[in-house]
Amino acid sequence: MSTTLVFMESGVDELSQQAVTFAGQLGGDLATVTFDAAEAYAPAAWAQTLVEVAQQRGAGAVVAPGTDRGNEVLAHVAAKLDQPMSANCMSVTPGDPATVIRMRWGGSLLEEARVHGAPVLLSVAPHAVAATAASDVETVAVSASATAADQVVRVTETVPASSAGVSLADADVVVSGGRGVGSAEGFSVIEELAALLGAAVGCSRAVTSAGWRPHSDQVGQTGTKISPEIYIACGISGATQHMAGCKGAKRLLAINPDGEASIFASADYAVIGDLHEVVPAISAEIRKVRGT
Amino acid sequence: MNILICVKRVPLTGGKITLTDDEQAIQTRHLGFTVSPHEECAAEEAIRLIEAHGGESVVLTLGPAEAEEQLRDMMAIGVDRAIHLVTDGGEWDPQATAAAIVDAIRADGMAFDLILFGNESADAGNYQVAVRVAYALGLPVVNGIKGITADGGNLRCEREVAGGRDIYAVPAPAVVSVLEGINLPRYPSVPGRMRAKRKPLAASEPPRAQPRLEMVRLLLPEGSSKQAEVLGHGPDAAPRVVEILTEIGVI
Ligand SMILES: Cc1cc2nc3c(=O)[nH]c(=O)nc-3n(C[C@H](O)[C@H](O)[C@H](O)COP(=O)(O)OP(=O)(O)OC[C@H]3O[C@@H](n4cnc5c(N)ncnc54)[C@H](O)[C@@H]3O)c2cc1C
Ligand SMILES: Nc1ncnc2c1ncn2[C@@H]1O[C@H](COP(=O)(O)O)[C@@H](O)[C@H]1O
Repeated sequence: MSTTLVFMESGVDELSQQAVTFAGQLGGDLATVTFDAAEAYAPAAWAQTLVEVAQQRGAGAVVAPGTDRGNEVLAHVAAKLDQPMSANCMSVTPGDPATVIRMRWGGSLLEEARVHGAPVLLSVAPHAVAATAASDVETVAVSASATAADQVVRVTETVPASSAGVSLADADVVVSGGRGVGSAEGFSVIEELAALLGAAVGCSRAVTSAGWRPHSDQVGQTGTKISPEIYIACGISGATQHMAGCKGAKRLLAINPDGEASIFASADYAVIGDLHEVVPAISAEIRKVRGT
Repeated sequence: MNILICVKRVPLTGGKITLTDDEQAIQTRHLGFTVSPHEECAAEEAIRLIEAHGGESVVLTLGPAEAEEQLRDMMAIGVDRAIHLVTDGGEWDPQATAAAIVDAIRADGMAFDLILFGNESADAGNYQVAVRVAYALGLPVVNGIKGITADGGNLRCEREVAGGRDIYAVPAPAVVSVLEGINLPRYPSVPGRMRAKRKPLAASEPPRAQPRLEMVRLLLPEGSSKQAEVLGHGPDAAPRVVEILTEIGVI
């Protein structure tokens, strides 16, 4: 049985561990490859090292977490080896060719695909599998290739974020507004409720395109993926690309006057009404029960 | 500074995706089409860089005859000319897509200082066409970029990471894939749309290689279709909403 290598991204332990569990579906031996966390990130150099380890061991597959860096490093491996790569896989059936189920449209649609390549290169959709404790996994610690050509593109500096407020990706509660909010000023009612709940403010792409909110507030396929305890979506219709960003929410409360809005098909709770009346009423009620 | 932008035509799916009976495509009979927001931002970024530094912008797509619509859209916001690699509309895998793009770049003959991509295509999300094109052309590549500053022969590229922004100094010519949020794309004006109709568009039909990432069929994710509990109509629903928020411990 051939070996499967798993690229472990430092600082992304859970998703890397999920990639190990996923790689177990391939059957063979497992070896994790860990890079020295102190080294500057250089995708081509990391890929070169993975290629060398894969060749030394005659690896049958290389698996990476479906993160920004996981997908990027694996794409470099694929380009170096001129082999196919399947990004964001949910499951794999080994064979020649291997068959995968992979995500399209940020997970709103799936695809069954055959991967005609060796080694088989797969990244794993975040949270497609739950990480389980793996035994008999060999660990390989490496340094990235120092070849000048592979080091042309590398991180030369990291500028820290001026962190203000609750981060959208990590918030326990998110209150979002969509086109139904009507204007940038209209967001004051959303901000007020968010402040009372210690929540992050989110929005739809209709809102960022109109310039009412910055893109950093956008929830969705091309925005931020959120996973709060509750997501309160106000004046949002529920386009698949928006929903791709809030699938991780434990509960969804939608506020919309249109009872036919598609967001209600994914909602746990519905309030049928105008957000400009409903949201201030919720804020007032919270103040009332708190006695403030 | 000469800049190429690669875009892909995709359906605007709205609230629900329906598949064709053969499960090979999305049912698009009643849908409009667009390109990924990442790619729209790539076009906007190209136009801004050229406004600042001079040069020519070119938009390229590999897609069906109808994808001329997306090329004209990009020219309407200011891209100078277009390359259309016309297909029969079927899915091309990322290796075949990259190879066709590379051939077209070589055939065009223009020396591009920058080749811009979206970080991932909206529909397939393969996360790789840009990297493959870069390797074939022997160019450096950086992905997921949210800020580009041209500074002599170098491009300063910024990428968001947990806790801040990573900075890359990339020598041009280079391949860069960008994310939505790098800018706020302009809307096309009516005169922009008129001008776009007359801008040059070169069409050709590239040969299609056997797919090595071969799509077998599409499938919809397990229906999580829920029956929402209606908490009420209008502001009268507020007390019930607060009860729920209290129950789940967020108040
Ligand atoms: C490739 C791609 C990627 C995309 N990525 C994203 C993404 O990351 N995030 C995203 O959000 N979108 C994304 N989109 C856009 C998406 O398709 C939709 O266009 C967008 O989500 C619509 O935003 P909306 O729901 O606010 O607006 P609309 O669809 O216009 O809905 C507005 C809603 O507000 C309701 N409403 C009106 N007045 C009121 C009122 N007074 N009170 C309460 N409700 C009211 C209406 O009934 C309606 O349901 C993407 C699109 C594509 C093609
Ligand atoms: N058919 C296509 N025509 C032109 N550009 C494409 C095509 N497919 C992908 N691309 C470009 O490559 C990027 C990454 O695509 P992907 O590797 O499919 O995620 C996209 O954002 C586009 O910029």
